[in-house]
Amino acid sequence: MALLAIEGLSVGFAREGRFARVIPDLTYSVEAGETLGIVGESGSGKSVHALALLGLLPQPPGRILGGRAVFDGHDLLAMPEARLRDLRGGRIGMIFQDPMTALNPVLTIGRQIAEPLIRHKAMSMRQALDRATDLLALVGIRDGARRLSQYPHEFSGGMRQRVMIAIAISCEPALLIADEPTTALDVTVQGQILDLMAELRDRLRMTMVWITHDMGVVAGIADTIQVMYAGRIMERGPVNAVFASPRSAYTYGLLQSLPHGARPPGGRLMQIPGAPPDMFAPTPGDPFAPRNPFATPRCHREAPPLRAVEDSVAGHMVAAWYDLPRLLA
Amino acid sequence: MGRFLLSRLGDGIVAIWGVVTIVFVVSRLLGDPAILLLPVGATEEQLQALRAGLGLDRPIWEQYVTFLGGALRGDFGQSFQFMRPALSVVLERMPATMALAGSALLVGVVLGCVAGSMAALFRGTIVEGVVMLLALLGQATPVFWLGLLLILLFAVDLGLLPTGGYDGPMSLVLPALTLGTFTTASIARLLRSGMLDVMKDDHVRTARAKGLLPGTVFLWHIARNSLIPVVTMVGILAGELLGGSVVTETVFSWPGVGRLIVQAMEAKDFPVVQAGVMVIATIFVVINLFVDLLYGLLDPRIRARR
Repeated sequence: MALLAIEGLSVGFAREGRFARVIPDLTYSVEAGETLGIVGESGSGKSVHALALLGLLPQPPGRILGGRAVFDGHDLLAMPEARLRDLRGGRIGMIFQDPMTALNPVLTIGRQIAEPLIRHKAMSMRQALDRATDLLALVGIRDGARRLSQYPHEFSGGMRQRVMIAIAISCEPALLIADEPTTALDVTVQGQILDLMAELRDRLRMTMVWITHDMGVVAGIADTIQVMYAGRIMERGPVNAVFASPRSAYTYGLLQSLPHGARPPGGRLMQIPGAPPDMFAPTPGDPFAPRNPFATPRCHREAPPLRAVEDSVAGHMVAAWYDLPRLLA
Repeated sequence: MGRFLLSRLGDGIVAIWGVVTIVFVVSRLLGDPAILLLPVGATEEQLQALRAGLGLDRPIWEQYVTFLGGALRGDFGQSFQFMRPALSVVLERMPATMALAGSALLVGVVLGCVAGSMAALFRGTIVEGVVMLLALLGQATPVFWLGLLLILLFAVDLGLLPTGGYDGPMSLVLPALTLGTFTTASIARLLRSGMLDVMKDDHVRTARAKGLLPGTVFLWHIARNSLIPVVTMVGILAGELLGGSVVTETVFSWPGVGRLIVQAMEAKDFPVVQAGVMVIATIFVVINLFVDLLYGLLDPRIRARR
């Protein structure tokens, strides 16, 4: 059963009197126990839609124009703020991109980990701090009892992200939304955090939505990949199937731009020409068409719907008028 | 932390010495107090005798050394006007000044924090517009004019409060309101802009993502982080107010330090001017030390750097 089902979500942004539908019409679901990796570049709507779900999107300038987001049988977008607040940090945890700014610089780490426990688990400060010590151990921070009284500036970037993870999982959420949690970190630290998250996911049986622009990260952690561009799903499916046989030219471009062992050293990496579309001046048709060397005339006229791929892999979907494997053959 | 405090204390003492020295030099450039103190038509001999009596006939560096030695012992000499030790003339006025400064600060901090928070919480609404307009008016209105208006309304027309003087708590209300208007407006504007900055910070989003109640988010993650500029402002205001608010004290015939010093300058009563300025400089140094300590309490990053 789907733990989270998003139907027809539409989000807009107002800026300087102009309005952009950054997410025109988004529908997808995440099964309980699944890890969904959402990939896309800046402006693809991947972070915005997650913030919108949790009521964290600044409004204005943002505005939710419609749709449903059913979590465990209840529509997040329709429920009163007070009920959503009970879910946030409780049954739904969230981790943000930049651990250097995501923690409050003037409060102790202990207090910041204790807050959601006090709020959602009705613990006393004393109990919450005891639990916080355990949580620090769980995310691989030793000497937790001492570190609880320290402040964020006394932690490195990777350590701060571990603290953020401890906060997000403190109430053992059913769903964890991770918005580029490794992007701001060194590559070696990225690997550690990735391993830690995968381990915690398995141990706490969390469903996870992992938002990133890094195909490599998705390959490492996700069951399902969902490639987004200009607020739309371009392709979606089991990670192995999508990596082995991408059906969207955008997915193909992202995969081609990854460095990997088969490529001769010193050779140039492929890049996708052009820039993401201006959401304030939408064009008809497939938003990726202007940058797509495989685009057909129809791609420029008419936006393709998301449809099942004829490769007998369950759940592999693509939004494209063209047949990529045939064009590549 | 101890070393930090010691070095700040050292800085403060140097600052006081500098201020006192400048006042000494400037007051000697203002003219001859002997001429002022004696009636018109006094003979040259009488003038000389007075100068000798006041020590004004000795070389200027000798006067300076004597002065500094005295200042160290709290002895600024006799007031020319009152014929009593200058420092005690100044200190006698301190309770009046402190009562006024304290109540104006209290008004300012309480109302300013409430108004600033309201403006930040209700940003983009009519509440913010009204609060900010009032704050702008409060900061821009000349204090003497506001004081006169309040006297006209509450003392002359309504007869509720005395027009001036230093006689019980009722006489404190109007001057405290007059000064409090400015402090309220300054604090409200600063707190609002500080809070609006903090509200955009990522850590506030984290706090909301934890599902914390709005009151908790506001107090612990917005207000708590917006306090440093306010503390700075309160420190500056406290220094200014404790140094005596000349205009307000004059409008309300309030017997405070500010008015005393201005009167002493007009009368070329050097000892009182010097004692007064020294007292004010000391107050500033003490308040700054206090503000520095508060910074450390409010922001662990500042504590760590020391």
